[in-house]
Amino acid sequence: MKKKTTALAAPFGIWMAIFTIVPIAMVLWFAFTDANGQFTLANVQEIFAFDPSKGETLWEDSFVSTILYSLWLGFLTTVISLIIAYPLAFSISRATERVQLTMVMLVMLPMWMNFLLRTQAIKSLLSESGLLNQFIGLFGFGPLEILNTDAAIVIGLVYDFLPYMILPLYSVMVKIGKSEIEAAQDLGANTFSVFRRVVLPLSVPGILNGITMVFVPSVSTFVISTLLGGSKRMMIGDVIESMFVGEAPNMGVGSALSLVLMVLIFLCMACTRLVDKSDDYEKGGLTL
Amino acid sequence: MKDIITLKDIAVSFDGETILDGLDLSIHDGEFVTLLGPSGCGKTTTLRIIGGFITPDRGDVFFGDQRVNKVPPHKRRVNTIFQRYALFPHLNVYENVAFGMRVQKKSKAEIAETVEKMLALVNLKGFEKRAVSTLSGGQQQRVAIARALANNPRVLLLDEPLAALDLKLRKDMQVELKNIQKSLGITFVYVTHDQEEALSMSDTVVVMDGGRIQQIGTPTDIYNEPQNAFVADFIGESNILDGIMREDYLVEFFGKTFRCVDCGFGKDEPVDVVVRPEDIDIVEPEKGDLIGRVTNITFKGVHYEIIVDVKGFKWMIQTTDFHAVDSVIGIMIDPQEIQVMKKSEYSGMYGDYSSFSEEFDELADPEAENGAAQ
Amino acid sequence: MKTLSKIYNIIIFAILYFPIVMVIVFSFNSARYTPMEWKDFSFQWYELLFQNEEILSALSVTLEVALISTLAATLLGTTAAIGIHAMNKKLRSAMLTINHFPMVNPEIVTGVAFMLLFVALAVVLPLFKPGFFTLCIAHITFCTPYVVLQIMPKLRQMDRHLFEAALDLGCTPFRAFVKVMVPEILPGILTGALMAFTMSLDDFAISYFTSGSSAQTLSVTIYSMVKRPVTPEIYALSTLMFGTVLVLLVLANIGQIRDIASRKKRAR
Repeated sequence: MKKKTTALAAPFGIWMAIFTIVPIAMVLWFAFTDANGQFTLANVQEIFAFDPSKGETLWEDSFVSTILYSLWLGFLTTVISLIIAYPLAFSISRATERVQLTMVMLVMLPMWMNFLLRTQAIKSLLSESGLLNQFIGLFGFGPLEILNTDAAIVIGLVYDFLPYMILPLYSVMVKIGKSEIEAAQDLGANTFSVFRRVVLPLSVPGILNGITMVFVPSVSTFVISTLLGGSKRMMIGDVIESMFVGEAPNMGVGSALSLVLMVLIFLCMACTRLVDKSDDYEKGGLTL
Repeated sequence: MKDIITLKDIAVSFDGETILDGLDLSIHDGEFVTLLGPSGCGKTTTLRIIGGFITPDRGDVFFGDQRVNKVPPHKRRVNTIFQRYALFPHLNVYENVAFGMRVQKKSKAEIAETVEKMLALVNLKGFEKRAVSTLSGGQQQRVAIARALANNPRVLLLDEPLAALDLKLRKDMQVELKNIQKSLGITFVYVTHDQEEALSMSDTVVVMDGGRIQQIGTPTDIYNEPQNAFVADFIGESNILDGIMREDYLVEFFGKTFRCVDCGFGKDEPVDVVVRPEDIDIVEPEKGDLIGRVTNITFKGVHYEIIVDVKGFKWMIQTTDFHAVDSVIGIMIDPQEIQVMKKSEYSGMYGDYSSFSEEFDELADPEAENGAAQ
Repeated sequence: MKTLSKIYNIIIFAILYFPIVMVIVFSFNSARYTPMEWKDFSFQWYELLFQNEEILSALSVTLEVALISTLAATLLGTTAAIGIHAMNKKLRSAMLTINHFPMVNPEIVTGVAFMLLFVALAVVLPLFKPGFFTLCIAHITFCTPYVVLQIMPKLRQMDRHLFEAALDLGCTPFRAFVKVMVPEILPGILTGALMAFTMSLDDFAISYFTSGSSAQTLSVTIYSMVKRPVTPEIYALSTLMFGTVLVLLVLANIGQIRDIASRKKRAR
């Protein structure tokens, strides 16, 4: 009986093996073979612009700076999103049940407008003659040149992924009981102490979840950077895209870069899991 | 004795619904006070006002001589045991108990010493490193007590602390709480809807209903001399009758005049009369003050509970002797067992035990029905 | 403090919605190809929208892919969740790790990995040439984990004796499954399906690498337009879609709020 029930997962297992594990294995394969199917490290070496004949690395030709640049923008995006989302999520979680429902709906609703169009709207907002500059022009400032800078990319990324930070935070915070906060006050904790000793530690699972959900897509984005950053500097996603569908495709190097991106992201996530010691405490998942 | 907490003319309402309506209450230092009443009577609200979680719309809260209406919870020297304990899930037992002292930035040594003392007090030595989620209900309860007491409060507020425990554990914890209160000599303000709990633990019982205090007194006062029909009905079983006070020490009901020990009513004033089921003597019909017919009898272990129809009014009587259904008996009541109360808004609300007996018939039947079905 | 947090929330929501309002406003703008400069109010883009073959075909591909992958993912995910639930701890955590993988893997990596697979398979099986079929496969793959994840907690919460009680009362295992288990986990199945549908509609990165010229989703079409000036018909279509979702969500929200209100009344 039990065996039969277990077998229900077989189609899923087979499907995932073919369409998740095999493709990733192919990325590995392409990363470490040349056009003739021979094993090679050339693709990986190219990422670091390592010249085996000279035995040295030409940093300026390498993709290392691209990778670091992507990680940096992803980091900024994540931190800013967290700072913006935290108070919002907390105030939603303390509202009445009706208000909570409406607010959560309001957080999710923007995801239903195609993100490319929203990004384009931001682009026109930030442009030299855009509404933002017209607005600050009223006060005699500007015009600011935000478009085609890192700031524009980060603004776009924060804007796009903010809901992915708010929702996991909210879903954990809503479980923090009113009585736990009252108990802390009762034991002598002022507002700051309540936050530091109860609310913050109890929302750690949500913070980590939110960080993952914002950091991964923002590091690996390949559209927003092109639209808002003006193709001045490429992010790692842009490079991978050009390696696969660009004018001079190189699937080997593209695969090696994908591999590096994947490894980096899994390393970052492993770090967040180290912080999260609350295994038994219910993990805050994203509930849409 | 000195008053440690005084509530004066407190009124609270939520969403236009009145929760407390002109409540006055004084709590003496070192006393075990219980706020007793049905759900929605305002007892928890009263407790939360003392704790500082609710600011009353009207009235004053005093700790000693100091008005504390505007003092936030964390600056009050009272601590609360919450209904579902509200232990911090991210902290272990030790850190839960240490929480208040950590907030006050006490020294490590002092914290360690106090935590050890508190855990010993509640019999939880050796549980320091345990996660609170792994504890049983009773153990979590003990952690909550230790956590509140570790802050060395002058008043401990307990909001139905035993409601989630099973009967046996509840009885043990009642004794333990009472012992803790006696040994520490601090004031306990205890909220419950369980009258037995209130009577067995408290020095003073405050019976509440509809946002008002119905009676304040010692457990014996409350039981023996209820001041209105609500208190009489809520605490213990009682036969509540309509009567007329003919003169001091003479009350009339069922067309008969009884001697009693109450005085100070107006001549021929309508009153409510309470007679407890265990205070009624059963005698031969011809010797009784009243005569009735037994309609139901239930064995309760220490005694029988019988329902007796006297001129259409169903009495409940507890007796150690068996009386067959339909037998006719006489009823005799000693003067000191008759409690006369002024008429109140509760008069006539509780009636007799006729509905009780019908209900009971149904409940008693399944046994027979089952037999028939098989 | 309360007013401060209210003001803060209003500002954040205003920023969140401003670009959306812009898209909606410019769907009624008569100017063409000047990026977001207001001229006159007009409905012309809504009229032109229904003559634009490119957009309409993208819309129908998007909806068809979303529908097919939602159905398949729900079926695959539900059976998977029940099977995984019955497994021992080790096997279960292994399966759940595999399940998590597509959710945390960067979309672009998933996308190029699919591309490599489909290119290789297409050599042997022409079916795998990038197009409608490959889109469906990819969407089913990244939607299924969300379904599994929504159903697992429902199975964990379910009283194990329910199933046994049904057997005890004379149900065959299959009937017990249909009559007892399915109703218990139905809320999970429905949210899972809804999430799968949303994810599929919303996806860009993976569709970008798995769709061919024969079948493109809306987001891929929009992407190809963003590079050249966007035709405002897209604004009109997005406004219509957004409006539809808004109405549906508001209706659902009112329903839920009524639910809460009646629950509160009953509790009294």
